[in-house]
Amino acid sequence: MSGTNAWLPLAVLATSLVAAVGIFLLREHRHGLRTVFNLTAALLKLALVVWMALGVLDGMHYELRHSLFEGIDFVLRADMLGMMFAGLSSLLWLFTTIYAIGYLENAPNRSRFFGFFSLCVASTVGIALAGNLFTFFLFYELLTLSTYPLVVHRGTEKALRAGRIYLIYTLGGGAVLLLGLALLASLVGEPAFDAGATVQALEDVDPTLLTTIFVLLVAGLGVKAALIPLHGWLPTAMVAPAPVSALLHAVAVVKAGAFGIARVVYDVYGIEFAWQLGLLEPLAWLACATILFGSIRALAQTDLKRRLAFSTVSQVSYVILGIALFGPVGTAGGLVHLLHQGLMKITLFFCAGNYAETLGVHRIDELDGAGRRMPATSVAFTVGAFGMIGVPPLAGFVTKWYLGIGALDAGMAWVVAVLIASSLLNAAYFLPILHRIWFRPQRGEWPDEQYKQHRDTHPLLLAPALVTAGFSVGAGLLAGMPFSPLYWAEVVILREYLP
Amino acid sequence: MTVQPATANLLAWLVMLPLAAAVLTMLLPLRLRAAASLVLLAPMTLLALMLGAALATHGPFVLALGGWATPLGIALQADGPAVGMTLLTVAISVPCAIHAAAYLRGHAEAEYFWALFWFLWASLNTIWMSTDIFNLYVGIELLGLAAVGLVALRGDAEALAAAMRYLLAALLGSLAYLIGVALLYGGHGSLSLAHLAQTDHAQATTAVALAAMSLGLALKTALFPLHAWLPPAHGGALTPVSALLSALVIKASFFIMLRLWFALAPPGLSTAATLLGLLGAFAVFWGGWKALRQSRLKHLVAYSTVAQIGYLFLFFPLAIGTGEAAARLAWDGTMLMLISHALAKAAMFLAAGNLILAIGSPRIADLAGIGRYRQFSLLSFGIAGVGIMGLPPSGGFGAKWLLMQSALAGGGWLWVAVLIGGGLLSAAYVFKVFRHAFIEGPKRDRFEDPPAALEITALVLALVSLMIGLAAHGPLTWLRLGTPFGVSE
Amino acid sequence: MSTALFHACIGILLCTMGLFAFIVHRHLLRRLLAFNVMGSGCFLLLVGLAQDGRGPDPVPQALVLTGIVVAVASTALALVIFRRWYRVSGEGQLPEDV
Repeated sequence: MSGTNAWLPLAVLATSLVAAVGIFLLREHRHGLRTVFNLTAALLKLALVVWMALGVLDGMHYELRHSLFEGIDFVLRADMLGMMFAGLSSLLWLFTTIYAIGYLENAPNRSRFFGFFSLCVASTVGIALAGNLFTFFLFYELLTLSTYPLVVHRGTEKALRAGRIYLIYTLGGGAVLLLGLALLASLVGEPAFDAGATVQALEDVDPTLLTTIFVLLVAGLGVKAALIPLHGWLPTAMVAPAPVSALLHAVAVVKAGAFGIARVVYDVYGIEFAWQLGLLEPLAWLACATILFGSIRALAQTDLKRRLAFSTVSQVSYVILGIALFGPVGTAGGLVHLLHQGLMKITLFFCAGNYAETLGVHRIDELDGAGRRMPATSVAFTVGAFGMIGVPPLAGFVTKWYLGIGALDAGMAWVVAVLIASSLLNAAYFLPILHRIWFRPQRGEWPDEQYKQHRDTHPLLLAPALVTAGFSVGAGLLAGMPFSPLYWAEVVILREYLP
Repeated sequence: MTVQPATANLLAWLVMLPLAAAVLTMLLPLRLRAAASLVLLAPMTLLALMLGAALATHGPFVLALGGWATPLGIALQADGPAVGMTLLTVAISVPCAIHAAAYLRGHAEAEYFWALFWFLWASLNTIWMSTDIFNLYVGIELLGLAAVGLVALRGDAEALAAAMRYLLAALLGSLAYLIGVALLYGGHGSLSLAHLAQTDHAQATTAVALAAMSLGLALKTALFPLHAWLPPAHGGALTPVSALLSALVIKASFFIMLRLWFALAPPGLSTAATLLGLLGAFAVFWGGWKALRQSRLKHLVAYSTVAQIGYLFLFFPLAIGTGEAAARLAWDGTMLMLISHALAKAAMFLAAGNLILAIGSPRIADLAGIGRYRQFSLLSFGIAGVGIMGLPPSGGFGAKWLLMQSALAGGGWLWVAVLIGGGLLSAAYVFKVFRHAFIEGPKRDRFEDPPAALEITALVLALVSLMIGLAAHGPLTWLRLGTPFGVSE
Repeated sequence: MSTALFHACIGILLCTMGLFAFIVHRHLLRRLLAFNVMGSGCFLLLVGLAQDGRGPDPVPQALVLTGIVVAVASTALALVIFRRWYRVSGEGQLPEDV
């Protein structure tokens, strides 16, 4: 293996790590230089990830190995599944950074914010590139640490309380994950990602023990993936600034949990072996329960961001449902939703942030007539909402279609009923919002109107929302084209998980 | 292994140079003491590095001082643990000395600090390298006196009471240890650890001696429930002193305990080992709980030390009577825990001291708002905190991982629970500090600005404690040289 | 019982008495005295046990000499701290609870 191939994964990590250190060292008022750091790192990372993804597609092998202790290596490796997640997070990081620069204009503590923001993305890419479960865990915990300062960024009583709840959940989850990981390592040594070969080669191991380990791992990861009953932190963390919400919901945190579950099922246990152990059907039940529960709770929320948060609880479980469906089509549905949900949800959060920043609107009943004041934002929001409901030809529809077919293939027809019910619920909590935005007249003054000179809102806030909305449309319309999320998900399955 | 006399003499130099420095700094005029000490850091560092290189090339070796053979003469040894600890001492003492030079500038306390600092270093090196139980006694006694002197430096009532309490505990511990020495010499006619290791361990004398010595050393290491002296002494001392005490001094008595148990532990002593482990487990939870309840920043950090000491004592149940693989993992884990706690705790004390300087108050509640203005110290505190919490990628995490693997290999579920529960508790008290620091309120927007030297030393130590987790493989292989775990090399 | 063993027994007795006094008394000077009694007991034990039946042995003498030096130094330090403490606080003993 050539030297470059080993160092490329590290370089991808380093772009945001170096940016983080650089930003920490900058004085608070050096806004221009900080922006240069942020954008250079984001663009560079995206370029490197794309380069590496194309290389992986060509069958290149990128791996960096460093011995930590006897029998445990730190491994960074680019495989198809990892590149999918790395691509998503570095793409969305770019937009979120642009958005955050606009959003935090004139706010205090920007060095700290962007420093941890970069650290957070470094952790996420580390999670994507981790070549074994141990390395995965390193970055998974680092992600917890680097998101805490972002969650409490505002420093208010509410933010600090949310931060505490976030820590209790995520560190608790981390401890459970660590226990499962330690048990696994005591059986197999290095918990490699090898489609289950190591675990299946174990002889004389009580299947109950393997099941216990699986439950511990999924429970630990389920906290970040917001599976019920471990979802409590997500709605509380809504007090954080909008770019942080985007990060939590679309780019990094919940995705890291879902991605981790995918790793455990596909790469540590192997999907067939997990199926044989009877682990997937309970997981599917749990995912379905979370889908319905999240949607029902979303209905009852009056705060826009809280409604979106419960919608995330529900939507991320589509990914987990897809993982739990035994069969290629269902798996494709799950994996593709990892990307689709990211694109659609980040659009929605950008828009919610825009409403809050521009009009001071936080509650759903204050949105009446917002479509006339902010048409572009509202169009983007509408695209995201329709996508979530699953209206063809948007991205969400592709997901639901594949999941439905996958469920029928796997012999779990009841899942289709859940999907239909969930879509109805999605419609029930999104359509009233759209109705208020477009068809109700404005009621009096906006609570706190800014950017009056702009037709819609600040361009740095508007552009990312429009671009991600465009991507959500494109991912659905062009699902059959090469390099679409669906194409990528299918390649992952064809190359890595089909015998 | 025979080595060149010049190489073997490195061991003697590493004790003599700090002793000479101690005398020198007493004789020099006050204003030159700090400068002379800072200059002397360079040869100390160089000597320690040369010793490390000598161990790497020659393997473990011994020096008989002045050519006198034991038992009348004194021998010093360079094996993996001894050299590892010598290097660790350099890694902690150099930043602490730089920090102290800036911290004490213009303070009357500086008068005695430097002499005591060098005495402390000399006695630490003596302890790491000693081969016989009496020399260890002299070392630990000198260490205790130097440490008590350092605690008393601040000179107010609180510091003096803490120093007195510490002195009484240290003296009592030394006497218990000395009784053990008397029993062992009476029973076996030898003081040498190597020789004692070959005697019949089933004798009652050995068991009684080991018990007395372990009790004394546990008191000096502040193992729960013998820890009451530690928080006032470590929490109340001058900042660089707190860092030195928590990072190195308590490790010295633990290190002696390791040496003794290697040499003397009779087979079938797992009950006593389990008892030590249980006390360690109590220490983890009690220390963590007390840390969480503190209202003063440095006392929080001091109680955190009480908790972290508990992890070290898990070594005994994990390594004794559990089989070779588990024991080896336990040794690796304990050594890594010792090193990373030393680095992280030194960093944390220095950072805490800087925060206290910045807010002008020792109370955690007064940190409100500092998150916006003095992020540098807070960052060091946080990075050190990652090590204390045992979260990746710090050395503390690596240590916990190894200890956990050891516990799983030996079937010790209880210890796994202690490791995980203790980690969560430590997260609670570390984040308590951050919760206060991140409060944004109109209350206050002016803070003092600590000198850059203080900030940088804390940050460097913190970063090293973080990175040691990723670079532990080499050092751990090294630390096994000359121990029962170094068979494969 | 040989003389040596007798010494050792007296040593143990002294140690025990010293420890008792150390624990019972609160006044720092008394505790310091108790510590010195204990120390003497230890040295007796060291000399006594070692000489049991093996003839004269120089090592324990050397050890005890060193030990005495250490004990004197410790006592001196303790006295210095005690005097300072007494001057600052006016108390002869440490505050009870920490």
